[in-house]
Amino acid sequence: MNDRELLEHEVPVLHWFALDRRRFLRIFGGGLLVVLAAPDGSAVMEAQESGRTRAGGQELPKDLAAWLHIDKDGKVTVFTGKVEMGQNIRTSLSQLVAEELRVPVDSVRMVMGDTDVCPWDAGTFGSRTTPTMGPQLRLVAATAREALVDLAAERWKLPRETLTADNGRVRAAGRTPLLYGELTRGEKLVKTLPADGAGGAGAGGAAATLTPPAQWKVAGLRTPKVDGHEFVTGTHQYASDLRRPGMLFGKTLRPAAFEATLVSLEATKAEAMPGVQVVRDGDYAGLVAPDAFTAERALVALAAGAKWKEKEGQPSNATIFEFFRRNAEAPEEGGRGATPTIKGSVDDALASADVKLAQTYTVEYIAHAPLEPRAAVAEWGKGNGASGKLTVWTGSQRPFAVRDELAAAFRIPTESVRVVVPDTGSAYGGKHTGDAAVEAARLAKAAGKPVKVVWTREEEFTWAYLRPAGVIDVKSGARKDGTLTAWEFHNYNSGPAGIGTPYDVANQKIQFHPVKSPLRQGSYRALAATANHFARETHMNELAHELKIDPLELRLKNLSDERLKAVYAAAAEKFGWAKRESAPGRGYGIAGGTEKGGFIAACAEIALDPTNRSVKVRRVAAAFECGAIVNPDGLRNQVEGAIVQGLGGALFEAIRFENGRILNPHFAQYRLPRFTDVPTIDVVLVDRKDLPPAGAGECPIVGIAPAIAAGIFEATGTWLRALPLAAEGAPETKRV
Amino acid sequence: MPSVSLNVNGRMRKVDAPPEETLLSVLRNRLDLTGTKYGCGEGQCGACMVLIGGEAVASCQTTLAEAAGKRIVTIEGLAMKDKLHPMQAAFLEAEAFQCGYCTSGMIIASVALLSKNPRPNPDDVMGTLVRNVCRCGTYARILAAVQAASKKSGA
Repeated sequence: MNDRELLEHEVPVLHWFALDRRRFLRIFGGGLLVVLAAPDGSAVMEAQESGRTRAGGQELPKDLAAWLHIDKDGKVTVFTGKVEMGQNIRTSLSQLVAEELRVPVDSVRMVMGDTDVCPWDAGTFGSRTTPTMGPQLRLVAATAREALVDLAAERWKLPRETLTADNGRVRAAGRTPLLYGELTRGEKLVKTLPADGAGGAGAGGAAATLTPPAQWKVAGLRTPKVDGHEFVTGTHQYASDLRRPGMLFGKTLRPAAFEATLVSLEATKAEAMPGVQVVRDGDYAGLVAPDAFTAERALVALAAGAKWKEKEGQPSNATIFEFFRRNAEAPEEGGRGATPTIKGSVDDALASADVKLAQTYTVEYIAHAPLEPRAAVAEWGKGNGASGKLTVWTGSQRPFAVRDELAAAFRIPTESVRVVVPDTGSAYGGKHTGDAAVEAARLAKAAGKPVKVVWTREEEFTWAYLRPAGVIDVKSGARKDGTLTAWEFHNYNSGPAGIGTPYDVANQKIQFHPVKSPLRQGSYRALAATANHFARETHMNELAHELKIDPLELRLKNLSDERLKAVYAAAAEKFGWAKRESAPGRGYGIAGGTEKGGFIAACAEIALDPTNRSVKVRRVAAAFECGAIVNPDGLRNQVEGAIVQGLGGALFEAIRFENGRILNPHFAQYRLPRFTDVPTIDVVLVDRKDLPPAGAGECPIVGIAPAIAAGIFEATGTWLRALPLAAEGAPETKRV
Repeated sequence: MPSVSLNVNGRMRKVDAPPEETLLSVLRNRLDLTGTKYGCGEGQCGACMVLIGGEAVASCQTTLAEAAGKRIVTIEGLAMKDKLHPMQAAFLEAEAFQCGYCTSGMIIASVALLSKNPRPNPDDVMGTLVRNVCRCGTYARILAAVQAASKKSGA
């Protein structure tokens, strides 16, 4: 992830909150605690930041951060600021810890996303958990393992080389094995990990060495979701499920449209309802009520008493792409409008190319639509108001950023705010902000009682943020034999992620043109890589058609990346690409790419319904590689899910908007992939035990849309260059 | 406010709430049965499904008054003590979830389906569960779980 991509997250300045050793021991009692020191900060920060840029303004850790504790019963507790929202890292990280610590997975408990006890973390995004938090926790666990061996060696007065650790015990020939709990009982041992040993997998010099993936016995194997039982029984408590004593229910009055300002508010009707309190502060208006039903009723009454002044002339779907072109920000050094990446001369190469192609591709704004909408429960501690500590339970990808957002909103120190993120009902990049947390905290402060805020689906569609829309212009040139010679690529607004090309092209000009988006936009699964892959890979398929070369062959001819070539070969074989047979109303497409350290290739077969021209994706074969696999079934689940989600964006998802309003803020109007939309999906996982594990939540989404677009072309003779491709059905067939 | 008696998971529960309040709101906010989820509030996602008289019903589209006197089963009422309902066990075995937020509704809808059609073919399953959204996209696994539960129940 590069710096420009990180700007898409708008990560605020870090404030480090450090504990000292004595406080650790007060919190944890005895046992063995592994902490990380950071004298120079470099390696530790890399691990903790999870991809975040270290560009100025933030303090480095002052002292220590606690990562792992083993108590007197041998129970292992691991602390990480990462959060679980369906990507299954609670399980995969548990496996990695269990592997290095030589304990069963079920003896590991992960404490995640609690800003009071977990080491600082930038957030769970960018597919960074596996490549950064993975090695971090492996090293911490391996350090704990070696410390336990040291303890046993001391107790037995044996040389430590003769001891081994396995299954929660330290063993030596002729001795009764010692359980970890027996070793840690009565100890108050703090093992401090030097920062320079924390640089990553296999960093030399540290006492602890990491187990290579080829020797894994716990990691790398199918491991069921560690708390799966709670989800099938309905006992898992999401943020939206929590209740605090005396808790009230809060609602926020939303403007009639974007950019509308409140002219007047008649609140007496709402306030007359039993237990209802209306809260106004600056441009905010909301209310609390003793129960959810009354809160909803009161909000209707309050909204009826609100007069708004609306802003005229806001863009709509009809004008948005033109708006992007007109309002592109000028490039500035180090700013959002970065200067283009240039190699050779595109103009010269185009002038001498045998085949030239110039096309424009567009993507609409789409919604993450996490099934659990934004939710938060806020509670101010004793002393009430600003003097008490604020605790907020909320579903967010960035607990520490939400803590900072709350501290800034209420002008209190970050130490006075605790954010706890229960495992969340999904996010897909859509829960970076603390909107519901701030609302709940504001209302709780006014009410003097805990308050729960759960957004409605309509609020989620309208007032959360969207995957950016964008316009992408692509120009290319190639020789008759298929060698690419020129590649020019301009992305307006949608983002710079995945903007480069993996193909070997001597002459390139690639540029991202940021625009101030009229709709609130932000991160999305794979960021802009989905849009950029759609444009690039569709363009490659168009070129293949112009050149009369098989689209797979064209790619392989211009690729030198062996990992990408390998997934293309695996997907093509699984799909039967070489043997595909054309038929009326049938089409096949292929596409792929590399993103966030992973490699994906996807083949799709589509069929047109002859009566209504609707597009059905019948079959997808995808091959994915992300280094050594930590949890094969979890990975397969992620790849399958990414393809299904990608299919929604490819075929029918689009936010419709006009006059500062979202026109389709309901599931009845915004079409999501459902059971009947889902094709047969064959996933080939390429396990590279010789390579460090990379993340997998995002990359597999990028190949499906261009593969489907190519399939539709084959079936209809028309290139569709706008996502979604077929919200209204496919175009009439030009040829059979 | 009139007091209404609800038969939930085999227990009679007294609820002091307006008759037009949704069953979903009553379950979640008054009876602390939070396994039933809010997803859309308009019967379009299935996250709020409960069994009423054996039928899978969107509790966000059902009022307290309509639910009164009927036999309601929520996700919390499926397991017998520590023994999971076969459908719960099948979802667990197939790992038919990611974030788990749709899981309660999916299991409820699947239980209702098998009670009427113990041997559904894939089209039957898809035709029924098309009302339920899994935004994480675990549909193929859910289908596999329902079919596995179907096979087991008849063994």
